[in-house]
Amino acid sequence: MTMDSSTLTHNVSSLGTSAIELRDVTKRFLTPSGQVYTAIRDITFSIAPGEFCAVVGPTGCGKSTTLGLIAGLERPSEGSVQVMGKPVQGIDPRIGYVFQTDAVLPWRNVLRNVATGPLFRGQPKAESLKRAHEWIARVGLTGFEDRYPHQLSGGMRKRVALAQTFINEPQILLMDEPFSALDVQTRTLMEDELLYLWASLKISVVFVTHDLEEAISLADRVCVLTAGPGTVKGIYSIDLPRPRKVEEIRFDPRFVQLYQQIWEDLREEVMISYERTKQRG
Amino acid sequence: MSALSNEGNEQTTTAPEGKEVKLYSAARRRRSILVNVLRVAFIVVIIGGWELGTRWVTDAHTKPKPTTLIDPFFWGQPSGIWQQLVTWVTQGTAQGPLWEQIAVTLEEAILGFVIGVVLGIIFGVVLGRNRFLADVLGPYIKALNSIPRVTLAPLFAIGLGLGSQSKVALAVVLVFFIVFFNSFQGVREVDRNLLANARILGASQRQLTTQVIIPSALTWIIASLHTSFSFALVGAVVGEYIGAIQGIGLMIQTAGANFNANGVFAAMFILAVVALLSEALITALENRLLRWRPTPVGDVTI
Repeated sequence: MTMDSSTLTHNVSSLGTSAIELRDVTKRFLTPSGQVYTAIRDITFSIAPGEFCAVVGPTGCGKSTTLGLIAGLERPSEGSVQVMGKPVQGIDPRIGYVFQTDAVLPWRNVLRNVATGPLFRGQPKAESLKRAHEWIARVGLTGFEDRYPHQLSGGMRKRVALAQTFINEPQILLMDEPFSALDVQTRTLMEDELLYLWASLKISVVFVTHDLEEAISLADRVCVLTAGPGTVKGIYSIDLPRPRKVEEIRFDPRFVQLYQQIWEDLREEVMISYERTKQRG
Repeated sequence: MSALSNEGNEQTTTAPEGKEVKLYSAARRRRSILVNVLRVAFIVVIIGGWELGTRWVTDAHTKPKPTTLIDPFFWGQPSGIWQQLVTWVTQGTAQGPLWEQIAVTLEEAILGFVIGVVLGIIFGVVLGRNRFLADVLGPYIKALNSIPRVTLAPLFAIGLGLGSQSKVALAVVLVFFIVFFNSFQGVREVDRNLLANARILGASQRQLTTQVIIPSALTWIIASLHTSFSFALVGAVVGEYIGAIQGIGLMIQTAGANFNANGVFAAMFILAVVALLSEALITALENRLLRWRPTPVGDVTI
């Protein structure tokens, strides 16, 4: 495996306070059958404020586990997870999380769903609903305030989830394969919208995906994880110019070059993971 | 941002499609007429056959009465049941006016239903949320549930007397377990992503219970209300049957003791009407509370 030093930047030194910092983080679970399962092992990486970092890796490499640790949904078995220079202790209100599957409340209409965060956090109802209206407009759902989630398309439900997360004004946004269930056209549009929101709000994003193309088109850096137990295999800087148009950037020669380089790394892990699944099956 | 905002808009019907719609709705109307005609025909055949059977003389020489295919003395007779209903409505029952009997039974059933449902939901949610408590109490709840609860009726009659309390208690016991198991399961089955999302959005434990877990379990809880209400009625009627001063259960008991088969059937008919009406009320409640649910596919035919 050959690569120039400009693209491979292992263990980025922390200049100032990182938005997120994971140091030698290991997470083990006890399976129902009583065995110990190591989801991730010795993961070390940090994300600067305002940075867009994509995490790619084969199925079952602990991508979601990593996000869960940052969000404070889980505790690490070893190592430390820091957010804004402080160790994570429980759920941090500065963090937003967009899930892979639908996590909007099916019994609330769009307006009430978007207003959920502020209402949970004890803001006055009128104020919450007013801000919800603003966010519904920002994600292009004006006119759908009274609809229930099941009456919307997958893409529209994702917009609700985005508005629901962004209304809390997170400084760190964690996204777990958020667009994987969408069709290709909708997905590209959503990716563009995400980049637009990210650029205007200047937040840090950790975007987990199994799609390398998506990772490169969106991120400042791409972090490749090994097959489970996941650990950092390589971190690549994506020096493509911004602002980017997701549907166009993939024809950029530099994009293709980066893709080939990272894919070399990723392919091995995908093969390992694939062989394991075959053996199990 | 709004590049996709027309996504998901329904197509409006245009002229050539309008014709097709007319054709389809005509076919649907014909089908529903056929269904209704067959429904009426079905009940006419059953009741008419029963009535005919009781008048069809198979042996004219038996004493004191000629033998018929169906003996109305044992199995009743639709015209006799109707007579009985008319008598009850116009002259009242042996225990007093008919509406009073219905009111008494209904009151017992509703009271038992409400208490049972509330207790069932509270216990279901608490134990569903608290795994430790559920593990500790689990075997006892299973053991209690395995007792055929109708057998408690004499106990309640002894302990609580012949008034409505003993019937309410029986209805409560019958309803409680159904609602309890459903809400317990409903709480356990709440989507983990939904919980994680709500927690990250800022929900406290209390908000999680009241605004995420209970609404989510409501689908299960409401499904159990349909069966629960019939069980509440069973509780009230069986309680009255064992010992009461008033009520439909007592009417059945009296009719049975007097070899009045028509009376038993007539009381059963009244119960069926009461049960169907309350079922309709619960369905209305269900539709109101679960408005957010997608309409089930194929719901149009019935």
